[in-house]
Amino acid sequence: MKPATRYFLASSGLVSFLLLWEGIARSGWVETHLLPPPFSLPETLVSEIKNGFWQAMVMASLRHYAVGFLLGSTLGVTFGVAVALFPRVEASQAWLARIFRPIPPLAWIPFAIIWFGISETAAAFIISIGIFWINYFTAMAAVQAVDKDLIEVARAFGHRSFFALLRKVILPGAAPGILSGLRAGLGQGWMTVVAAELFGIAGIGQRMIEASGLLASKVVVLYMFSIALLYGVSDYIFVRIQSKILEWQR
Amino acid sequence: MAAVIRTQDLAVSYDGRTPIFYGLDLAVEEGELVTVVGVSGAGKSTLLRVIADLIPSFRGSVKVEHPRQDPTRRQIAMVFQAANLMPWRRVGDNITLGLEGIEVSENVKRERIDWTLKLVGLEGYGDRWPYQLSGGQRQRIGIARALAVDPDILLMDEPFGAVDAITRTGLQAELLRIWAETGKSILFVTHDIEEAVYLGDRVVLLGDRPGRIVQEYPVTIDRATRRESAEFARKVEEVRAGLQAAIQSAAAKSGPVAS
Repeated sequence: MKPATRYFLASSGLVSFLLLWEGIARSGWVETHLLPPPFSLPETLVSEIKNGFWQAMVMASLRHYAVGFLLGSTLGVTFGVAVALFPRVEASQAWLARIFRPIPPLAWIPFAIIWFGISETAAAFIISIGIFWINYFTAMAAVQAVDKDLIEVARAFGHRSFFALLRKVILPGAAPGILSGLRAGLGQGWMTVVAAELFGIAGIGQRMIEASGLLASKVVVLYMFSIALLYGVSDYIFVRIQSKILEWQR
Repeated sequence: MAAVIRTQDLAVSYDGRTPIFYGLDLAVEEGELVTVVGVSGAGKSTLLRVIADLIPSFRGSVKVEHPRQDPTRRQIAMVFQAANLMPWRRVGDNITLGLEGIEVSENVKRERIDWTLKLVGLEGYGDRWPYQLSGGQRQRIGIARALAVDPDILLMDEPFGAVDAITRTGLQAELLRIWAETGKSILFVTHDIEEAVYLGDRVVLLGDRPGRIVQEYPVTIDRATRRESAEFARKVEEVRAGLQAAIQSAAAKSGPVAS
């Protein structure tokens, strides 16, 4: 398929979807609070910005997201790398990981509240859990897959200490895998950020639940699209950085 | 002449019981180019790895002479079968891998890059990524990386095994030129008998099971016309016959193949 054709089909798919939606919403078949017309969203956005909610909520969510992302990624990558490098560490965590891995981040909400109260820390904590596991497993796999021959080459050329090998071979070799784990975590973070805020921590999630209580479904839809936009922007920026770092790949 | 490498009664075993080879006495004289051929599994690569101090446990002794103490050089460098360049380093940074951690200024690094790229015929390639090179070019960068530490001893493990025949002939000629220009001592492992006879001052045949040195064949044919000479063909046949016998002997010792 030509890129132009692809572009045309993709944009016409989106436009048809919006038109169909708008048509149904205006037809009177369904009440507007059940299905708010999409063309009313810009107006909703303007009013949310005017009363200051949009900026405040987006900033709050971004803050939870950033802290959770940094925390979960740092710990996940660190532990993942350590487990891949040291068989004894691997063995001692094997059952622990098997027990804790299947617990969904949202199941930690009660403990997040007990430990941290209804606080930003609690939201960041919940967000970090999902991100931790993604990075933990991808970093581990990435380090295990590093070409052993390259380690031998580095040793043959005088780099024999653990840290020299880590710096010169293991981390650069695992970088593509680690970065794709970070990227997956970037997406996973947006999935949990809303849920983490549903129980009253200021942010997009809280605003959505508030609006739905008032049947202000336009506002709910607005924030749904805001999340899509924030995710799109953060992923775009990440991919730009990633391709800069992985310039050496074909 | 003084031996730069001398192994005595050397034995290596990976599992602690069955040796790969044993009782191995090998000497490489200063400036000599020694080639090693052998039955597969007789430990050709292992021999190079022991000498390069990449295998921690062995019996017997390995002595590598350190005639000059120079902080800007390494005594030994190795060229691997697959070029094994670090794909995340540009060609120039791959070449200077062995210079990191020894006392070399950025200027010297740049000089070494230029000098070795010239030696291997890839001037101006320093800023490329390994993926932008052909297999033969990567192999040459592997050689440049070894030459960059200006070693007295080059260990080469089937360095031309993975490249096509024409590239291989070119690389062999280049290696001989570099060897003549730099006077380094080279221990060169190959499975190609013609290559061994063409390059070597001496061909060492590693065979049997476990491995040992079965025979050494001095090659004194004039290098300028070596490949065309009738004596070359005879020498190749002689080594081939020796290898054949070693393979049969090794097969007999490992017993009938279970089916």
